[in-house]
Amino acid sequence: MTQVNRVEGGQIDRNTPLKFKFDGKSYTGHAGDTLASALLANGVRLMGRSFKYHRPRGPLSAGSEEPNAIVTLRDGARAEPNTRATTAELFDGLSARSQNCWPSVKFDALAVNDAASDFLAAGFYYKTFMWPAPFWEKVYEPIIRKAAGLGALSMQEDPDEYDKGFRHCDLLIVGAGPSGLMAALTAGRAGKEVILADEDFAMGGRLLSEQIEVGSTSALDWTTQTIAELSSLPNVRLMSRTTVIGAFDHGIYGAVERVSDHLLEPAIGKPRQILWRIYAGKTLLCAGATERPIAFENNDRPGIMLASAMRSYVNRWAATPAQRVAIFTSCDDGHRTAADLHAKGIKIAAVIDTRADTPMSMNYEVLAGAQVTNTKGRLGLTVVEVQLADGSTRTLECGALGVSGGWNPNVHLTCHQRGRPTWDGDLSAFVPGGTLPPGMTVAGAASGDLSTNGALLSGANGAAEALGIKAADTPEADDTPATQSAFWYVEGCKRAWLDQQNDVTVKDVRLAHQEGFRSVEHLKRYTTLGMATDQGKTSNMGGLAIMAEIAGKGIPDVGTTIFRPPYTPVAIGALAGRMRGMEFHPTRLTPSHYWAKECGAVFVEVGNWLRAQWFPIEGETHWRQSVDREVKATRASVGVCDCTTLGKIDVQGADAATFLNKVYCNPFAKVAVGKTRYGLMLREDGIAMDDGTAARLAEDHFVVTTTTAKAGPVYQHMEFVRQCLMPDADVQLISTTEAWAQFAVAGPNSRALLQKIVDPEFDISNEAFEFMACANITVCGGLRARLFRISFSGELAFEIAVPSRYGDALMRKLMEEGEEFDVVPYGTEALGVMRIEKGHAAGNELNGTTTANNLGMGRMVSKKKDSIGTVLSERAGLNEDDALKLVGVKPLASEDKITAGGHLMAADGPVDAANDQGYVTSAAYSPEVGSMIGLALIKSGDARMGEKMRLVSPVTDSEVLVEVTSAHFVDPEGGRQRA
Amino acid sequence: MIINHPLLGPRDSAEFVYMGDASLIERPDPEAENAADQFHDYAYLRDNPAGELRELWFHEGGDRSWLVVTRDTRTHEISKVELARDVARSKGRSL
Repeated sequence: MTQVNRVEGGQIDRNTPLKFKFDGKSYTGHAGDTLASALLANGVRLMGRSFKYHRPRGPLSAGSEEPNAIVTLRDGARAEPNTRATTAELFDGLSARSQNCWPSVKFDALAVNDAASDFLAAGFYYKTFMWPAPFWEKVYEPIIRKAAGLGALSMQEDPDEYDKGFRHCDLLIVGAGPSGLMAALTAGRAGKEVILADEDFAMGGRLLSEQIEVGSTSALDWTTQTIAELSSLPNVRLMSRTTVIGAFDHGIYGAVERVSDHLLEPAIGKPRQILWRIYAGKTLLCAGATERPIAFENNDRPGIMLASAMRSYVNRWAATPAQRVAIFTSCDDGHRTAADLHAKGIKIAAVIDTRADTPMSMNYEVLAGAQVTNTKGRLGLTVVEVQLADGSTRTLECGALGVSGGWNPNVHLTCHQRGRPTWDGDLSAFVPGGTLPPGMTVAGAASGDLSTNGALLSGANGAAEALGIKAADTPEADDTPATQSAFWYVEGCKRAWLDQQNDVTVKDVRLAHQEGFRSVEHLKRYTTLGMATDQGKTSNMGGLAIMAEIAGKGIPDVGTTIFRPPYTPVAIGALAGRMRGMEFHPTRLTPSHYWAKECGAVFVEVGNWLRAQWFPIEGETHWRQSVDREVKATRASVGVCDCTTLGKIDVQGADAATFLNKVYCNPFAKVAVGKTRYGLMLREDGIAMDDGTAARLAEDHFVVTTTTAKAGPVYQHMEFVRQCLMPDADVQLISTTEAWAQFAVAGPNSRALLQKIVDPEFDISNEAFEFMACANITVCGGLRARLFRISFSGELAFEIAVPSRYGDALMRKLMEEGEEFDVVPYGTEALGVMRIEKGHAAGNELNGTTTANNLGMGRMVSKKKDSIGTVLSERAGLNEDDALKLVGVKPLASEDKITAGGHLMAADGPVDAANDQGYVTSAAYSPEVGSMIGLALIKSGDARMGEKMRLVSPVTDSEVLVEVTSAHFVDPEGGRQRA
Repeated sequence: MIINHPLLGPRDSAEFVYMGDASLIERPDPEAENAADQFHDYAYLRDNPAGELRELWFHEGGDRSWLVVTRDTRTHEISKVELARDVARSKGRSL
């Protein structure tokens, strides 16, 4: 197909033809085109169907404010719904589909909705589909969701990458039109760090679309020269294809740079988009203005568009929507479009001006005091009906109608904090007002200065004032003051569209008012005016004006809805950046990770850590086989487990013991050097926070361990106590979790194994290195290490720590030296089984609701000193006679299952919450006991040993009989760990 | 937000962890006669002003200082940033 509506001139590269497809049909455009301009050049005005009534629609605008020409761009996994054809940069091989239509954009079955419009007016879904109630979820909603809504997702994973970046500048300039360019020149020449961002792929704003002079040259030439100068300044960063989406606290701005959206696919190693966080000393908003349409009967046909957009298509993209065009305007701006189009040889059917006093033309007819009362054309405009000043009617044949109702300053970013725009009566528009985001000022059309000269001047002055520098000289340009009046809609219309994206008509606004939705925020929610991808950039103003008129108020009294970020839609991928899949959070690997991987370990995520869960060997087909074997082998001889993930905090200083005495509820002041003590930390409300050990390696040096999960929070808490509660204490903290690789070596042969690697000058016999001892030692001939005689399994056990980089080697050494003892590595499952068998509390028991008393450690809480949590731990409510106590449970029938989370009921009586006696916190199969066992918190549990209870789990629909036992299933006297 | 750290200069609030009301520095005297009541108020009661609030921020992604940040809860304007340790000392806390 030829480009029938391509005209001369423009800023497209005619030497670079680009092939593209729309709805399966092939077309050719040029480099520099947008999808919309290329389609118009090819004679295509119809680009989609509307949201609710499925009415045929074409582009209304030539920019990001577009409500209508919304397409699905690309195919397969890269398909992106709801893309604006007006901003989609054309590339070779582009493929796009229209939305909201089936089977095709030209024949859409759901266009019947249009005939049923009386039933689908504002709020229809609150009034219909009400009965029968169950039908809503199953029948009505799915149908409505399918029929309404915008495009559909591909449901495939996004193949592209997204990045995040950070930039700093003295001055951020948002928008590269005449004011933005002058601001950049002013700040750039003064040597300031400048970021000039513009959402368009070409900088210049309206200067690219106007046939005007700037200085002694054309606007385009001035723009080209200015950008060349700015590019030569190393302190100026030009960011085209970059939308500043939001103004956040303290001068931080969000911006999305579309790095690769103009390419078939991103270059290798390049992201599709980058989300920038820009720290701006000052910000000058030069976002320009958006032309506003006029509502009239059937004003939504393809071919009807904003007059300025028409000018852009013709001047910048050399594409006219039709060969015969009419203009409907309430201000001088419409005449400018007529003149520009006429100069390109496009026939002007007439300029219809609502004003009686209107500029006349020698070249085409101007109908003063006239209004458009209706339009015709099934899939695109063919006829415009006009009511003339004398009341008579005239019809004009034309393929396009340019509409101009004046301009609205783009105040959006000024409102992202607390700014509320103020009404400018002369301009009949809202201008920036209230408290702007800190450091932000506004220049050019965005500030209400609508002339080119005004934009250039206010840009230069705005940058100069913001930075305290001298303004650059500005070239002469058109200085005609803007004349615009308030003309929002043509009276007497049945269906005049205000918001074309949401199919909201003038009548819908009246209906909302009539039904009591009179605040602008209610109006928005009830009619959906100003919602969806365009956020009402072309429609809000009209809606407000009509609302004000009906209410008999002034527009400023009605107010506006609040503009919130983002300015234009942002792909979720850009917000996620690289944080997808396994990159969602950092993955921390233990020092023995690669060794464990070689062994075929199965890993489990524990917070950010990957830990070996069990180590299957040949012939094992079920995890239980591996775990049972690891437990038995450890208890029979020796096992090794990487416990590096436990938090380690180095506590040093003369007041280290005093400090630990404050954070642990049990006494720490008198721990001897060379000894380790178990410690329980409480929160200030008396609830247990975490537990661990503190090893005193020197008078002024402790090493504290925390649980894996609480390593961060406990460190934070300890710093709080140190800095905020004990500011003069001589104590220093540092987290050394990553610095030391630590392994538990457990089992009756653990000492024998360690003796093979601990250097001979260190005696680790039971006499010299008794239970709970700790020491700095060396291993393997001089490698510094720390040895702790602590046991989580209940066996004779040690934990040995070496600098992290030796962790892998130490694990391999332990396995090698342990061969004679049939050493096994064990994972987190076996670790868990052994600690449950031993009755040690862990995360399941320290669950944020339990006290020391619940955990059977009530007597540990020292009454002789003050520590965090002691005062409130003594509250009566936490110490009642029937308080929960940690006990063990085992099934009466050994094959029965103990379910963690299951609740315990007395042997008889109803099974309900009122009779709840407690719950199982941890459960495991115990090879030692020969059945499953559990730890449980039971009311007065310590006084109920031997009681038979029912363990019920409504979740798994199970009920088994259990017996309450001691929590210590293995070696309750603790002889093994002291051996 | 940007927090002007007294030692490190302006830092993005993303580097910090928030803990709320700085009155947590004013831990009651456990020996006081009505210590239980005082600790109850200390642990559970917070003002929720629309306006200036002194609050604790922990520079977890930085030098691990606890800071007392005076922030207007309506505007996020930060009028003062102090080291919590200095504030604690000024409140008479020591060991």
